[in-house]
Amino acid sequence: MSQDFRLDNVGMVNREKKISFKFNGKKYFGFEGDTIASALIANGVHLVGRSFKYHRPRGFFGVGVDEPYAILQLDRNNERDPNIRATEQEIFEGLEVKSVNCWPSVNFDIGAINNFLKMFFPAGFYYKTFMWPPSFWYKIYEPFIRMAAGFGEASIKHDKERYEHKYEYCDLLITGSGPSGLASAYAAAKNGARVILAEDKPRFGGSLLTSDVNIGNQTGVEWTEKIIAELKSMPNVTVKNRSQVFGYYDHNMLVMSERISDHLPRTQKYLPKQRLWYIRANEVLISSGSIERPLVFGNNDTPGVMLSSAAKEYMKVYGVLVGKKPLIFTNNDSGYETAIEFKNNGVNPIILDTRINPSSDIITEAKNLNIEIKFSYVVVAAKGYKKVKSADIAKISDDKKELFNIENIECDCICVSGFWTPSIHLASQSGNKSKFNEKIDAFVPDKSKQQENTIGSANGIFTLEETIKDAFDKGFDVSNKITEKNNKISVPTVVEKKSTDHDKFWCVPLPKGKSYKRFLDFQNDVAVSDIELALREGFRSIEHVKRYTTLGMATDQGKTSNLNGLQLVSDIENKVVPQVGHTTFRPPYTPVSIGAIVGREVGKHSKPTRKSPMHSWHEKNNAVFVDAGVWLRPRYYKQGNEGLFEASKREAKNVRQNVGVCDVTTLGKIDIKGPDAAEFLNRVYTNAWLKLPVGKARYGVMLREDGIVMDDGTTTRISENHYHMTTTTAQAANVLSHLEYYLQLVWPELNVNVVSTTEQWAGAAIAGPNSRKLLMRLFPNLDVSNEGLPFMGYKESDLFGVSAKIYRISFSGELAYEINVESDNGYFMWEKIMEVGKEFQIQPYGTEALSTLRIEMGHVAGSELDGRTIPYDASLEGLVSKKKDFIGKRSLNRSAFTTTDREKLVGVVPIDKTTSIPEGSYIVKDPKAKLPNPKLGHVSASCWSVEYDNPFSLAIIKDGKNMIGQKLFAMSPLKNKTIPVEIVSSHYVDPEGKRVRS
Amino acid sequence: MLYINCPHCGLRSQNEFAYGGDATVKRPELNKEISDQEWDNFVYLRKSPRGKHLELWHHISGCRQWIKVERDTSTHEIFKTYTANEAIE
Ligand SMILES: [Zn+2]
Repeated sequence: MSQDFRLDNVGMVNREKKISFKFNGKKYFGFEGDTIASALIANGVHLVGRSFKYHRPRGFFGVGVDEPYAILQLDRNNERDPNIRATEQEIFEGLEVKSVNCWPSVNFDIGAINNFLKMFFPAGFYYKTFMWPPSFWYKIYEPFIRMAAGFGEASIKHDKERYEHKYEYCDLLITGSGPSGLASAYAAAKNGARVILAEDKPRFGGSLLTSDVNIGNQTGVEWTEKIIAELKSMPNVTVKNRSQVFGYYDHNMLVMSERISDHLPRTQKYLPKQRLWYIRANEVLISSGSIERPLVFGNNDTPGVMLSSAAKEYMKVYGVLVGKKPLIFTNNDSGYETAIEFKNNGVNPIILDTRINPSSDIITEAKNLNIEIKFSYVVVAAKGYKKVKSADIAKISDDKKELFNIENIECDCICVSGFWTPSIHLASQSGNKSKFNEKIDAFVPDKSKQQENTIGSANGIFTLEETIKDAFDKGFDVSNKITEKNNKISVPTVVEKKSTDHDKFWCVPLPKGKSYKRFLDFQNDVAVSDIELALREGFRSIEHVKRYTTLGMATDQGKTSNLNGLQLVSDIENKVVPQVGHTTFRPPYTPVSIGAIVGREVGKHSKPTRKSPMHSWHEKNNAVFVDAGVWLRPRYYKQGNEGLFEASKREAKNVRQNVGVCDVTTLGKIDIKGPDAAEFLNRVYTNAWLKLPVGKARYGVMLREDGIVMDDGTTTRISENHYHMTTTTAQAANVLSHLEYYLQLVWPELNVNVVSTTEQWAGAAIAGPNSRKLLMRLFPNLDVSNEGLPFMGYKESDLFGVSAKIYRISFSGELAYEINVESDNGYFMWEKIMEVGKEFQIQPYGTEALSTLRIEMGHVAGSELDGRTIPYDASLEGLVSKKKDFIGKRSLNRSAFTTTDREKLVGVVPIDKTTSIPEGSYIVKDPKAKLPNPKLGHVSASCWSVEYDNPFSLAIIKDGKNMIGQKLFAMSPLKNKTIPVEIVSSHYVDPEGKRVRS
Repeated sequence: MLYINCPHCGLRSQNEFAYGGDATVKRPELNKEISDQEWDNFVYLRKSPRGKHLELWHHISGCRQWIKVERDTSTHEIFKTYTANEAIE
């Protein structure tokens, strides 16, 4: 298809490079530098979507971030990007986009029937229509809403694109490269400040790209190019295009989304798609510019009705005509600039100006060009369904209430200008309370809340001369506060056409007998009548009106609709706009892709993976791993066809019969040093620590101040003032913070230091009756007899040339030792243990066998110390000192903690000795009791006892001490199981603890 | 994201810190006879004012020191930061 609406030799797109792309399956051509919008308009395509509620035809309304209509979906190589603005997305070879909100096609959309049923879709229709009966929600209402709503479909596939995060610091961040942004960046950079200048569009310059002005004897475009080139050459300046600063957060942190390769065909594998910048700026200059306001009239949502500034930009930047019979409808001088541009390109526009008889340089210029101008004229309604074909226009009375001489004139587009709205979103997000400026009928930022200032048209300054001067001053002032270099450069001379005042008129009254829809919010289909209805129904607060009507709630966040909505509410309420106030602006200013927010923290990178130094050995020996916090631990070592059950049973049995070795590197380790270390431990643990001799270990329990068990583990006295504490894998970080809290804040007088040494030591637990024999071979020079190294003893020795620490401690309940070597020697240690242990039938065992061994011994772990148990509940009351005070002791006196029938640790065995009891089962007296069946307690851990070859579980049940011997039931409603059980002692194996001392 | 001036390390981003709650709570001395009420107040009662508040923050990804931060809970303004045992003005 030929580009019938492309002008020759006008604009900034690269005519040398033709690019093909597909829209709704059809192939079109554009040029490098085109957006989807400009390329489609060049091809005469204006119908791009259907509206949200009524499914009315939608075209293009703007030319940038404010676009409410042209939301498309990009599909490529099984990738899917919804919520793409056609006015922002640049075309590239092979691009494929399609319309959203329409079915089966944009030209014939069944949902458009909503348009004819619009009496059933009034304001708040979601609240009214879908209320009753409640049972309809899941089956009828919700599926209907889901099908009808939304701007595209998200992909459910993994996003293969790469997104990155970057952290940056600067003296000055400037958010927009229009005249004020360029001038302030230049002034600040020349004064030595570290500057970041961000521009959301591909081209720098903002309004300078399209306005007929002169700065320092250069055109706006020339001056922009000169300043940008110089800024780019300065080492203290970062200049970024395609980068939207979308959020202003606490303490001057702003977030910017950089579209790195959204405009490129995806050929460079490692180039990120987008990059999110977290920028901590000393100072911020908000130069986000302003957005033209629409005028409101009948059917003002018809494709072909668009902002006059957009029409001008399509001509000047893209060399594209939005129409060949344009009607310009304006209340200010901006519309004339667009008209003059049409005229210069050989197209004859007609201007309808709502003002009575204004005069200015620009109006005179338009008159001299013989452009037809009708003063006191308005557009009553656009005519045409899928594209504007004509317009009903009328003369309007001086009080703007009466319409006369309604006539129909032919046109193919209506360019509207209702004056300008400063983009105060970022200023508002920073906490700046805005104020209403009567002169421009819009809000501007008030006093700075953080280190921010707003400049240029974002601050309501609409003349270039004033903008440039103010921006040079602000750029110098804020930079000089930081650099103190006093290097002030002179402000260039500015030549521009003088404008006259705008007309406060914004909404065309309905002619008698007509009920045209006059839209305020183009993306959410909110019309004047909807707001009127909401107010009739009693809504007053603008925040309520917003939510009830959905005004300003779509992805464009009301960039074009907000002020007209406020104007209407204030007109009806007979208030002025500042009394109505405006709704809160929240980040993001423009939609941000989820991928960019997540960055590289996806899949395996969402959290670190910790591996022990022996990890590769486990891998080579068929270990099946399990996540233990962020650690990967061997769960079992698979042999042949074994599953978890068989393998863990074999491994546990081998520990009980021969000897096993388990990687215990993940246990938390904390080094404690200082003359007051013993006193500190005595306060931290519930049992006594003052008399522990050097070379001995002790098991300890620590509480939180509320009396609940926090953690347990052994601590060894290495030397007089040096202790080695171990914690559970899960609580390691919390215990360290806990110790630091008491040392730094509560008892700073104690001379003690703590530091985590978890990663400094590799640990191997050797357990089983053969473990002493193995130890004798590993440490031939060490006396490892029961007298030389007794239970809870500690020795240092030499393991084939590497120094090792040997602790005689046991979690399995067997004769056992734990060997620690420096992490670098961990693999060597493990290999030596396996090599020497061969003749003693050594086998490695994983966490599953470890659990089995501790459960049948009745040793508590995380499943019992679950943040709800006090020492008594876990049968640890023997470790609670009566004599000394310690953290949490006072809480143990609370009445609930001293009742005798508290839930307590017991053992549970199924009567049939074969049915395993699911963890989490309830223990009940009568399985057939009326619901809710009173629960005696729950099963905390289950295993297959290798000692007795039958299932065994631990449970915490009410009055557990007196329940031993009782026949009860374990019920698991989840697994639909009821199992008759007998309550036994939690010490199922070796209750006297002979083996560990053997 | 807050920018917290650790008295030991300087200005650091909030994500290096863990929040520690009300810094005005004082633990009763060890071995001291106190009423149930007094103990319960220490264990469970925390101030949560709107406005100026003295809070504990733990610089877990930095110097590992607990610090005190005087912050406005509604505006997030930080007035002053203190080391663990500095006298509060
Ligand atoms: Zn620090």
